[in-house]
Amino acid sequence: MIARSPAMTENDIVYVRTAPSRALSPPITSVGFIGWLRANLFSSWLNTALTLLTAALIVWLVPPIVRFLFIDAVWSGADREACLATGMQEAGACWAFVHERLSYFIYGSYPVAERWRVNLFFALFAFGSAWMLWLDAPRRGLGALFFFVVLPVTSYVLLTGSTLLGLSPVDTSLWGGWLVTVVVTAVGIVTSMPIGVVLALGRRSSLPVVRFLSVIFIEFVRGVPLVTVLFMASVMLPLFVPPAWSPDKLLRALIGVMLFAAAYQAEVVRAGLEAIPRGQYEAGRALGLGYWKLHGLIVLPQALRVTIPNIVNSIIALFKDTTLVFIAGIFDFLRTIEVARADPKWATPVTSTTGYAFAAVVYFICCYLMARYAASVERRLARADRR
Amino acid sequence: MSEPVSRPDPKSALAVEISGLHKWYGTFHVLAGIDLNIRHGEKVVICGPSGSGKSTLIRCVNALEDFQRGEIVVDGVVLTKNLKRIDEIRRDVGMVFQQFNLFPHLTVLENCTLAPIHVHKMPKAEAEATARRLLARVKIPEQADKYPAQLSGGQQQRVAIARALCMNPRIMMFDEPTSALDPEMIKEVLEAMVELANDGMTMLVVTHEMGFARQVADRIVFMDSGQIIEINTPEAFFTNPQHERSKLFLSQILR
Repeated sequence: MIARSPAMTENDIVYVRTAPSRALSPPITSVGFIGWLRANLFSSWLNTALTLLTAALIVWLVPPIVRFLFIDAVWSGADREACLATGMQEAGACWAFVHERLSYFIYGSYPVAERWRVNLFFALFAFGSAWMLWLDAPRRGLGALFFFVVLPVTSYVLLTGSTLLGLSPVDTSLWGGWLVTVVVTAVGIVTSMPIGVVLALGRRSSLPVVRFLSVIFIEFVRGVPLVTVLFMASVMLPLFVPPAWSPDKLLRALIGVMLFAAAYQAEVVRAGLEAIPRGQYEAGRALGLGYWKLHGLIVLPQALRVTIPNIVNSIIALFKDTTLVFIAGIFDFLRTIEVARADPKWATPVTSTTGYAFAAVVYFICCYLMARYAASVERRLARADRR
Repeated sequence: MSEPVSRPDPKSALAVEISGLHKWYGTFHVLAGIDLNIRHGEKVVICGPSGSGKSTLIRCVNALEDFQRGEIVVDGVVLTKNLKRIDEIRRDVGMVFQQFNLFPHLTVLENCTLAPIHVHKMPKAEAEATARRLLARVKIPEQADKYPAQLSGGQQQRVAIARALCMNPRIMMFDEPTSALDPEMIKEVLEAMVELANDGMTMLVVTHEMGFARQVADRIVFMDSGQIIEINTPEAFFTNPQHERSKLFLSQILR
């Protein structure tokens, strides 16, 4: 009802609405499935062209891949006979080969009787990682102690052996496969981060000698390919050092990876440090905080937070770079697959493709999980930042 | 106002002694021979046109800036390049910045307790109790568990004041504390500063808030081109400035 002004009479009002009219439903072309299609796939001629092109690509690529990996795939068999093409039918992926050599891909040449030690290491590592990565986990301080102190020591004793504990020594030249990939990646990540932070701080130090040494190290290592670093460590070093002094081959590769990753982490962390406003330093100093407390409590927590995407980026790159340790004669996961595919027992036209497909799937799953985890951490921090 | 903050006896008769202070940025002579003594409990307002060196002067007192010639003695401690000395002085001198400079990754309470816990080695519970008391004093006790970004500018600046007070300083320095604030928030910050002044805190304030200067200052220091042009009581400074440049400045700022 509308308020009537005194001048109005009953006859002036022709029609009065007593209820609001029903809202019109939106046009069919802007909501629901059709609306979604128009908005996302066919919003412009360029978008339409891309949609059609992508659809064509999917039709062209996906069926053969699915066919190769699943439909035509051979799932069981004793040797190459199982995976050979029969008559007119083309052979698919030879999963029987992967299945049979899987323990080699995981443990390398680690003695079969001692492989329980590797399994125990995997279990401890998974437990420690989960404790550290689960941000709401109870007693995370204890978890850090376990992950950074207990785990490395235990793993070292467990994997290399100790006559004192009745564990027969296993030379690192026998290590291989996924075990080596995990060890190199974990050691690389855990050691490169603190070294990288120190180098980044050193590069911004007001002490000329510290700054100079940091810059020299970072620029030198960044200027050299990882392959070269590993090659130097494995081939050149023994030429200059007496054999008795020459450290273990795996250890040399680990140090090479560590120094290489540290130089990259240093630049990532430095970018974060540059992003912290000068006022934060001044406020910290004005409160009487010394250099280490200022950086440890105020600057680094903020700097590392803004660089999480970049840190994860270099961690993923490091994970994939570990495949280069084969240069030093170490049999990492990818290398064991490469060795196995050359085995005459499994020599078929599809063995190599299968092996590489398997490696690709495993590496992709790991990298994708790392990226998703990082994204969830970022979302969590963003939620805290919205505040 | 609440209970007076207890402080140990001063080590020196003067809170701050600045003598013959010179500072150059490259060839630019930003401080050209500053002499200034501040007694305990005294409130000194430093004003002057922008670029006159007033912020630089107070930043020299807690060694956020270095200087090339002259001497600064803070509460009996001579300021040298010795880091121990510098930290000793910084613990005695609280500072409030134009841009607040709160730590965004910490809650208000953590902002306030960080330095007492890590510099004074105060137990956490005691530091938190002190922080809550001082947050109540600047009238924002209910904000203790929020993050700085959730607060208005005026609230953030009052947190900054509480954070500095948590270190139990003898001297408080303010570097244009209201210049970055919206007009309606200036008042709440100035009120907190007036209360602090009434409690007997030694204060060194760089500000353009002439109303605050008139109400609180014992002396007004007028600076221009890196020199002190005039030191006077507020009444004398505002009603009868001695120097041409002071008159010009006042005519511009008071309209």
